[in-house]
Amino acid sequence: MASPPPLPSSTSVLSSASSLADSLFQRSLDDLIKSLRSDPSSEPSIISRSLSEIRREIRSADPLTKSIALQKLTYLSSLHFHSMSFAAFHTLELLPSPSPQTKRLAYLAASLSFHPSTTDLLPLATHQLHKDLTSLSTSSSSFPFLPSLPLHLLSLASSPDLSSHLAPDLVPLLSRPSPLQPKAVAATYRVLSLCPSTVPVLFKPLVDCLSSDNPLTVSAAVGAFCELSAPPNDPAPYLPLAPEIYRVLVNSRSNWTLIKALKIFSRLVPLEPRLGTRIVEPICKFLRESQAKSLVLECIKTVVSCLSTHTEAMRLAIDKIKELLSSDDDPNLRYLGLQTLGMLAPGHLWALEESREVVAQSLTDPDRSICHEALRVMMAMTLQANSIESCTLLVRQAAKSDPEFANEILDSVLTSCSKDFYELVVDFDWYVSLLSEMARIVHCTKGDEISRQLVDIGLRVRDVRPELVRVARELLIDPSLLGNHFLYNVLSAAAWISGEYVEFSKDPMELVEALLQPRTSLLPTSARAVYIQSVLKVLTFSCNSYINESGSLVNDSVIARMLSLIEMTVGPLTESEEAEVEDRVRNLLGVVRLVANIKDLSGDKGKDGMIYEVVRVMDDLFSDEMGPVSANAQKKASVPEDLDLKENLADLSEFISGDDAAMSRSNPSILFYPQSRNSSEEVEVGPTRVAESTSLEEHRKRHGLYYLSADKETTEPELTEDYPRVNETLPPSNGDTARRVKVTKPRPTVVKLDEGEDLTASSSRSTKVEAAKDDPLSGAIKDVLLGREGKGASSDFDASSSSQGKGKDKVKGKEIKSKKSEEGESKDRHKGRRKHKHRKEPAPSVSVAQETPVIQDFLL
Amino acid sequence: MIRAVMVISTQGKPRLLKFYEFQPPEKQQEIVRYVYGALSGRPDHVSNFVDADSVFGQGTRLVYKHMATLYIVFAFDSSENELAMLDLIQVFVQTLDKCFKNVCELDIIFNFNKLHTILDEMILGGQVIETNSDQILNHVDDVARIEKSSSTTSLVPKSISARFGR
Repeated sequence: MASPPPLPSSTSVLSSASSLADSLFQRSLDDLIKSLRSDPSSEPSIISRSLSEIRREIRSADPLTKSIALQKLTYLSSLHFHSMSFAAFHTLELLPSPSPQTKRLAYLAASLSFHPSTTDLLPLATHQLHKDLTSLSTSSSSFPFLPSLPLHLLSLASSPDLSSHLAPDLVPLLSRPSPLQPKAVAATYRVLSLCPSTVPVLFKPLVDCLSSDNPLTVSAAVGAFCELSAPPNDPAPYLPLAPEIYRVLVNSRSNWTLIKALKIFSRLVPLEPRLGTRIVEPICKFLRESQAKSLVLECIKTVVSCLSTHTEAMRLAIDKIKELLSSDDDPNLRYLGLQTLGMLAPGHLWALEESREVVAQSLTDPDRSICHEALRVMMAMTLQANSIESCTLLVRQAAKSDPEFANEILDSVLTSCSKDFYELVVDFDWYVSLLSEMARIVHCTKGDEISRQLVDIGLRVRDVRPELVRVARELLIDPSLLGNHFLYNVLSAAAWISGEYVEFSKDPMELVEALLQPRTSLLPTSARAVYIQSVLKVLTFSCNSYINESGSLVNDSVIARMLSLIEMTVGPLTESEEAEVEDRVRNLLGVVRLVANIKDLSGDKGKDGMIYEVVRVMDDLFSDEMGPVSANAQKKASVPEDLDLKENLADLSEFISGDDAAMSRSNPSILFYPQSRNSSEEVEVGPTRVAESTSLEEHRKRHGLYYLSADKETTEPELTEDYPRVNETLPPSNGDTARRVKVTKPRPTVVKLDEGEDLTASSSRSTKVEAAKDDPLSGAIKDVLLGREGKGASSDFDASSSSQGKGKDKVKGKEIKSKKSEEGESKDRHKGRRKHKHRKEPAPSVSVAQETPVIQDFLL
Repeated sequence: MIRAVMVISTQGKPRLLKFYEFQPPEKQQEIVRYVYGALSGRPDHVSNFVDADSVFGQGTRLVYKHMATLYIVFAFDSSENELAMLDLIQVFVQTLDKCFKNVCELDIIFNFNKLHTILDEMILGGQVIETNSDQILNHVDDVARIEKSSSTTSLVPKSISARFGR
């Protein structure tokens, strides 16, 4: 093996010697792979050793040594995820190599590792890329595939700057028929989307490729337009290309090309419905005759997504979907069948309904992808009318599925049922029992959402409360549920419901027993606190009904048992370390001791008016109706006049800091619920949220939440005079009630407050559309296609737009074309075709609204 | 467009990775791990499609083929047709098969550069440019021939020229 000549120059003797050694004993990529394979256990050490070798070798002056080092580095970077950013400059050094092999290595390394976001040196490649791109025209000796290397690099690692510099070099590659043409087309798409300012230069040659003789070029060009018109881009600017693409659709023999053409049409037809009547015929032909499943699939998708008004096509497509669904031996086709079936909703639910059985069956498929699609279809075909049937089936299926899929099912049931204030739900009694059924599914991890909905429904739907209390009771009395930490929130919600709506309870004593059962010690503090608070509510209710003798629910012995049970079980908790629990326990015990006297006085009620008074007041307190709180409620609350929000609260920290710190140490997750509804202090502090009080901010940060927790289901919104009383203020003529009138079975009223959600959604949608309109790419393309005289247009562009002005009448345009083609000069022919095209899509005006006439000829 | 082409062994080792949207190495590793996790859990004889929303973004999917000890995986978005992508995997496998005469994992391991050459003849920047495996092979052979003829004059370590000469 001959040694490459070491470079003497300025390098030290030592380094040239080491470089010589590197060259002589350099390990090749194969050697590296072999050593990695021979000892997989010491892979990291082998890699780090060779990385340090590479770092040395890559600095070698010998191009061969350098290129082998780069090759090894590329391998390690690509398959062992080691950054090769340090070698960016060396890669650039090798790009101009005269050896095609080294050049290829360098380009591969560059295209795998370069990116404008990470490679600062990228601009240095500009000149070399330009040279290689144009090499075909300048020297014929260089190997003919050379320009394909920079095309790859350009499409993978280009920056807007690089794109705009090199765009002119792509034009000859685009316009000359050669094996490189398709590659140039594919690269052009990337350049265009990266750098919209290249549109005046590149767009016309790209459009011309649609009518190329080379089917691969046509395919690549249709593919490029398919990408350009893909969301989130605005497809509108490509509307004038419809005639060209239609020609491809009827003439092309390649399924690949046809598929892409169909994809473009499926984006254009919604913009110009008359296009549908043109393309429906070839599509039906494909649907009937094509043997290629991929093409048939694309036809189905196109018909379903944008030709649903064409009955014949729809019928064919639905037949084909059923065919796909029934292909038992090919799971791929069944998967795609379900996918297209899902696209039919909501317009053609009857077709979905016919396949309901297949869909339900697919939920049990061993293939997860098929299950997903089936679930999606199932949810798509769930309406008010069949929601009970569908959801029951899904929840039953969830109980049988593996944990992951079970939770997915639960998630979609919960999401779609709660959408738009439970629009799908007609029978809330059924829905709340479904919620509890979901909570009981073994792997259910959706406790948070279930509890949220339970409380939410309790607040919003008055009529469902008796059933809700029944469901809550069932959850509470089941000791086995207390061991499942996913359910703590559900249990907490159930406890809150039982306390809040205790008047619907059939047996308050049983409720107290359930709330105080021994296993409640397993609950986290927050849930426990809710439990104890609920006991207080139940007790107050019981005492009150005992005093008033309203109903025979509560008698002497019940009250006595209840009091002693509470005292016995809750008593020890006064020593609880959890402030939240301790606080409530003390409240509860205070009430217990107070009412303990009632028992003694039962025979003589008039005697101790004080106690009766207290019990009645407390019951009044708890029986105040609660409703959902509008997200905007806080804003509506006016700040009391005598409240100075700017007042410094620094002195507050003095008495907070001490026990606060202790608490946060013992239990960092402690939550402060707005416990006292009658505390005016609380109300006064509430509005300080608006003010930027830094000490308060810090305090809140320290404790996570304060005053108004985000999910306030377990808390009571303050019902003081400062706040709007949500239920009362709700106008009965809420616009949405009208929508539900058509339901035959009376659906209970659902209180809705924040209809703003819809508003925000639609406004974001509209801004998205606006953003698409402002998209520089589509703007530039509109300029070119509609012949708008853009300010930044190049001279080439100006010329063509003026030629469009001249060639307004058809005959003249044709004359120009024929005359030019007679001349036989390729460049001129190219120009002529361009004019021809322009004449075909004349745009009298720049306005978007007037784009429709652009393809008038084609449509008629 | 096609977002990525991946060949991953059934042991979870990447054998060929090409991302058509730049991904830094750490992200690549994460993607490979995710894809391998998603595929290795799937039983045989199920469909070849898997959702990939969480790694490649909304509406993207993986199509894969399990061949002996390899998963050949293409990631694509809504601008591609699912069955066409399945076809493309077939074209890729066929080309490898013709190129290496009954391709096996070892061929893939030792022909890093050649694999990229083959792939580059098939896909450019996420766009399919050639679907005929014979044509792809012709181009690859042309490239190899040119490189070989130029490398005979220079002195290249045996192993490399051998790889390129194949």
